[in-house]
Amino acid sequence: MYPPNFDYVAPASLDEALSALAGADNAKVLSGGMSLIPLMKMRLVRPTTVIDISRIPGLDAITDEGDHIRIGAMVRHAQTATDPLVNEHATALAQAAAATADVQVRNQGTTCGSIAHADLAADQPAAILALGATMVAASVRGTREIPAAEFFVDTLTTTLESDEILTAVKVPKGGKSVYRKLGRRGSDSDYPIAAAAAWVDASYGTISDARIAITGVSSKPYLATTAAQAVVGTDGSSEAIAAAASQATDGVVVLEDLYGTVEYRTHLASVYVQRALEDVLQ
Amino acid sequence: MEVSISVNGTNHSSDVEPRTLLVHYLREDLGLTGTHVGCETGYCGACTVIVDGRAVKSCTMFAVQADGAEVRTVEGAANDAGLHPVQEGFWECHGLQCGYCTPGMIMSSIALLEENDNPSEDEIRHGIEGNLCRCTGYHNIVRSVQYASAKLRGEEPQGASAEVTT
Amino acid sequence: MSTTSVMGGIVRRKEDPSLIQGKGRYVDDIKRPGELAVAFVRSPFAAATVNSIDASGALALDGVHAVYTIDDVRHLGVTPAQVAVGTLRPLLADGAVKHVGEAVAMVVADDRYIAQDAADLVFVDYEPLDAVVDLKEAMADSIQVHEGTPNLLLTWAGNAWWEGVVELPDPAPGIQEAKERDDAVVVSLEMVNQRLIPTAIEPRAVLADWNDGYGSVELWTTSQIPHAVAGAIGATFGIPSNKVRVVAPEVGGGFGLKLNLYPDEFLCCFASKELGRPVRWTETRREAAVSSIQGRGWIGTATITGTRDGKILGYELDAICDMGAYSQNFTVAIPLLGLFVAPGQYDIPTSYALHCVVTNTPTTDAYRGAGRPEAAFYLERIIDVFAREIGMDPADVRKANYWKKEQFPVTTAVGMTMDSGDYETNLDALLARVGYEELKAKRDAARAEGRLLGIGLSTYVEVCGFGPSALTGLGFSWAGYGLPTAFNGSGVVRVQPDGTCTVTIGTGPSGQGHQTTWAQIVSDGLGIPMDDIEVQHGDSNDSPMGVGTFGSRSIAVDGSATFEATKRVKEKAAVIAGHLLEAAPQDVQFADGGAHVAGSPDRSVTWAQIAESAYQPHTLPEGVEGGLESSVVFSPPNATWPFGSHLALVEVDPDTGDVDILEYWATDDCGNVINPMIVDGQVHGGIAQGIAQALFEEAIYDETGNLLTSSLADYPLPAAESLPMFSLDRTVTPTDVNPLGVKGIGEAGTIGSAQTIVNAVVDAVSHLGVKHIDMPLRPKRVWQAIQDARN
Ligand SMILES: Cc1cc2nc3c(=O)[nH]c(=O)nc-3n(C[C@H](O)[C@H](O)[C@H](O)COP(=O)(O)OP(=O)(O)OC[C@H]3O[C@@H](n4cnc5c(N)ncnc54)[C@H](O)[C@@H]3O)c2cc1C
Ligand code: FES
Ligand code: FES
Repeated sequence: MYPPNFDYVAPASLDEALSALAGADNAKVLSGGMSLIPLMKMRLVRPTTVIDISRIPGLDAITDEGDHIRIGAMVRHAQTATDPLVNEHATALAQAAAATADVQVRNQGTTCGSIAHADLAADQPAAILALGATMVAASVRGTREIPAAEFFVDTLTTTLESDEILTAVKVPKGGKSVYRKLGRRGSDSDYPIAAAAAWVDASYGTISDARIAITGVSSKPYLATTAAQAVVGTDGSSEAIAAAASQATDGVVVLEDLYGTVEYRTHLASVYVQRALEDVLQ
Repeated sequence: MEVSISVNGTNHSSDVEPRTLLVHYLREDLGLTGTHVGCETGYCGACTVIVDGRAVKSCTMFAVQADGAEVRTVEGAANDAGLHPVQEGFWECHGLQCGYCTPGMIMSSIALLEENDNPSEDEIRHGIEGNLCRCTGYHNIVRSVQYASAKLRGEEPQGASAEVTT
Repeated sequence: MSTTSVMGGIVRRKEDPSLIQGKGRYVDDIKRPGELAVAFVRSPFAAATVNSIDASGALALDGVHAVYTIDDVRHLGVTPAQVAVGTLRPLLADGAVKHVGEAVAMVVADDRYIAQDAADLVFVDYEPLDAVVDLKEAMADSIQVHEGTPNLLLTWAGNAWWEGVVELPDPAPGIQEAKERDDAVVVSLEMVNQRLIPTAIEPRAVLADWNDGYGSVELWTTSQIPHAVAGAIGATFGIPSNKVRVVAPEVGGGFGLKLNLYPDEFLCCFASKELGRPVRWTETRREAAVSSIQGRGWIGTATITGTRDGKILGYELDAICDMGAYSQNFTVAIPLLGLFVAPGQYDIPTSYALHCVVTNTPTTDAYRGAGRPEAAFYLERIIDVFAREIGMDPADVRKANYWKKEQFPVTTAVGMTMDSGDYETNLDALLARVGYEELKAKRDAARAEGRLLGIGLSTYVEVCGFGPSALTGLGFSWAGYGLPTAFNGSGVVRVQPDGTCTVTIGTGPSGQGHQTTWAQIVSDGLGIPMDDIEVQHGDSNDSPMGVGTFGSRSIAVDGSATFEATKRVKEKAAVIAGHLLEAAPQDVQFADGGAHVAGSPDRSVTWAQIAESAYQPHTLPEGVEGGLESSVVFSPPNATWPFGSHLALVEVDPDTGDVDILEYWATDDCGNVINPMIVDGQVHGGIAQGIAQALFEEAIYDETGNLLTSSLADYPLPAAESLPMFSLDRTVTPTDVNPLGVKGIGEAGTIGSAQTIVNAVVDAVSHLGVKHIDMPLRPKRVWQAIQDARN
């Protein structure tokens, strides 16, 4: 309940924030605080410096960049969930953001924070995987872009370096997407027991490309590549969807916890792949 | 650290430790004990206040993050004209029992109605999903918000009397 | 009972204007100058020897005042318990820890943050030992929680234990013979009634202020039983109970978890005495999961022997009940409360054996319903199984075995006398309102389309309103705390010199609205407006000798005391008014905030005038004493027996196992109703907690005794989206064991609801071959049950 003490800085520019991050050991970036602060209160995380990036101008915007939309580091879940651009071009992300946590958490927590935190059951990472998004990471060493598919390493672990800030996520336009989940308290409330995001490009009748991402099922949100392959080149028949669903957990280690056995989660992953595909192909 | 925070319209300049949670700042430093604490994981919502127009959990925010912000707590919900319609709704419809979740529940409901003054039952339940109540089973809380919604829209609200049996 | 609009009417609560404006004063809101804060160092092991405790690092920290261990407080003895069977809890771990979270050391510092910093610096050297968590393993006794003492503390069986208090017939008349009949149908099922963490949203909190000058102590504590706490503090510190003032101010939900005595209450008094400053401790949520009591935790086999016409020839219940590591207030008596209602509403031979065993887990004790939800669960589940087995409607099976209205008072198979009941009328009222036949048709039609709809029914009878002074022998008293008082009710009604009225009661609310309900009783009796009546409670010094709020007892017992006190005040007021009006007391009538002479409304006095005279004795008639108040202690001849019927319609998602409650109906009978709005609210909350047990909540320990569900992230309380609206109705069968005819409603909803939901879910999937699913019915379990049945 009572976090240990730390130094607090709230830089007014990204550069300042990056130098602060490079200059301190055991520093933590604070964006929405919805994961970091509970961990600090339970004293499971004890940073010596906390760098609050919320006062950096410009990070809280969602912008149309032509072929993609850009979601800044301080864009809150609530903003992502309701933004017209996101709803139009990245429906799965809007839905995943809307299905994240509760009103107050959505008002504070950030889409980028959720991605950077990389909880194995977080909602939005699945959407950005399925959407083929790109992470923009900055440090005093410069800026680099990381494809979503290469971003998530393991539970709470990403390819972000400790001196990097995830400044934005770029989501390409095109195709259609959907996010469906079963939450721990039933329907879509709380973290998912299992959830799937599906993206398809079916502009000309047959499915020319597809990505399916699953969260809550394994040690990290992952792309179910073989499952997606099963619908590519088809017209989205129920057989094709069933084939995709049956490969939802191919190649991953399914985890067991209080909410699901391996068998159940494996099954749920198929169910949600099926539901997401059915929805997106409607 | 020096912070300057407006709480219910009054400016406060205070010296706080960076680790001081906003809820403890409100309760211990300002003596505004209407905002409650029910957990440490951000799940119960007893600590809900409105910061710059948005409902947030003040137990999951450092006071320093609220530097320069406008904070509204349950103590500021009523005004000279009387109780806020949401408060009135909770009173009329027996939307509280022990009252411990109530300040947070009221602040979430106020924020909800500021966004949507005519929510459906599902929208109300969705709008208060971040606030746990152990006493009421939410039935009368939903009715309280419906009461406030009607009142805010100038309609005749329905109090507890409509409710003996359903 | 009179039926004026105040009594029996919907009245907005008197407590609400304060609570809705954030002006309620809970323990953590009360500040004392110079107060210090406490943090506890808690065991990470479920069983370990404590070799040494090194507090030097903590003591070196700025702002730290003391670190206490058992060596500092051993002289105070253990945490007292009312039913002192088994090992009682030491104030701090004494050489060994017996469950995860047991407090090992206590840090006192300037504020909570520093206290926690210091607690992190206390180094405890533990030697871990094998723990026993599983109930059957505990029963086997191969690992003993308290070495040298069997894990099985006692078995509630037969009648030896209540001999001389209640006469019990042969514990299982004819059941074995019945089983051998040719036409006998026997159904038997092992079921788990899982452990729960009560989780009032207000965590427990304690603030102690010792005054050396007076040799007295004041303690603010989140308690349902402040008088008992005062008695125990006095006994522990060797000071009389009237030197201890215990205040339970606003209490943010109790549900039984605050019906207890906890080491921290004594430790904060001790620290305040030692340090000469007020000392406060407020539980964190994760701490609450291990430092406050838990509830339920039974595994048992229920068996019904009956015939195909629905007649039940015998009911047997054999269960192991988890006591946790130490005994506290009522720990081993909780299963006993279940036994009181083991045969439910039925005239059926009943046999039972409830084994109370200790495990390396936190203590269990009273959680809303306390033994009675468990009892109702086993009985009402197995009746459903029986009904399905013989192909009879579950409502009809119940009716075939109910006690009939004309038979009351009845003595049940466990020797309890129930004064009143009309179960069939109650069930019929529910079924008619629900449209039971149409509902079944709707379910069947949906099923034909492949949707899994299910209907669940449960009826129940509860025992509450404790209670009769004669039950003192069963431990129904506070003798264990040096306060040998039976579970009496008490109420003081005083008309003040200005004509307003103050009511003080020996029970206090933790959300139940006592201030309003009691004001209604008094307003109805005296005709003094609600606004002019103040109800005070929760202060062991200022309220009459009280017992507290639990077991749905307040209104039946303390309410009745207040009702009687009101009558006496009115009788005296009639004498005074008669004197002032020059009329005979029997000609005085009360109305419109005063009194007048019958037949001449203009010959009247106000309450203020009556009171003024009362407090100026020279104006009173000969022989009448000054003052206008009455204090009554009420002891009922029996407990009360509320009952009801609950029904739910659920839908199961066959692909995920997710359960959706589509409708929930309840028809309860708590006798006369003083404020229907408050009564409905109690039922809503009770149902929600029963549903929570059925679908969501479970305290889960791993095999080493580590609690995996200590935060609200892992212990999913239902949110608004998880629950439906509840459709309620009532039948009214008053009791005659108290003058109000009231029976209590605080726990009823919880007692009726968990198995209603389980019955409904099983109904939804029974045609697939599912016979039972253990609670909580999380999607994974429901789905698994369907798979298992299919294979
Ligand atoms: C009650 C509750 C319920 C929740 N339910 C859900 C749910 O259903 N689904 C779900 O997905 N999530 C849920 N969450 C988590 C929530 O979505 C968080 O908001 C999110 O995980 C973290 O985002 P944040 O902005 O709050 O990050 P913070 O808490 O500020 O940071 C989290 C971590 O990421 C790092 N970080 C943050 N931003 C950046 C950045 N821009 N660059 C580099 N590192 C960064 C931090 O240093 C920290 O280590 C819940 C949280 C709570 C409190
Ligand atoms: S206190 Fe529980 S969410 Fe803030
Ligand atoms: S009224 Fe008690 S927790 Fe909501």
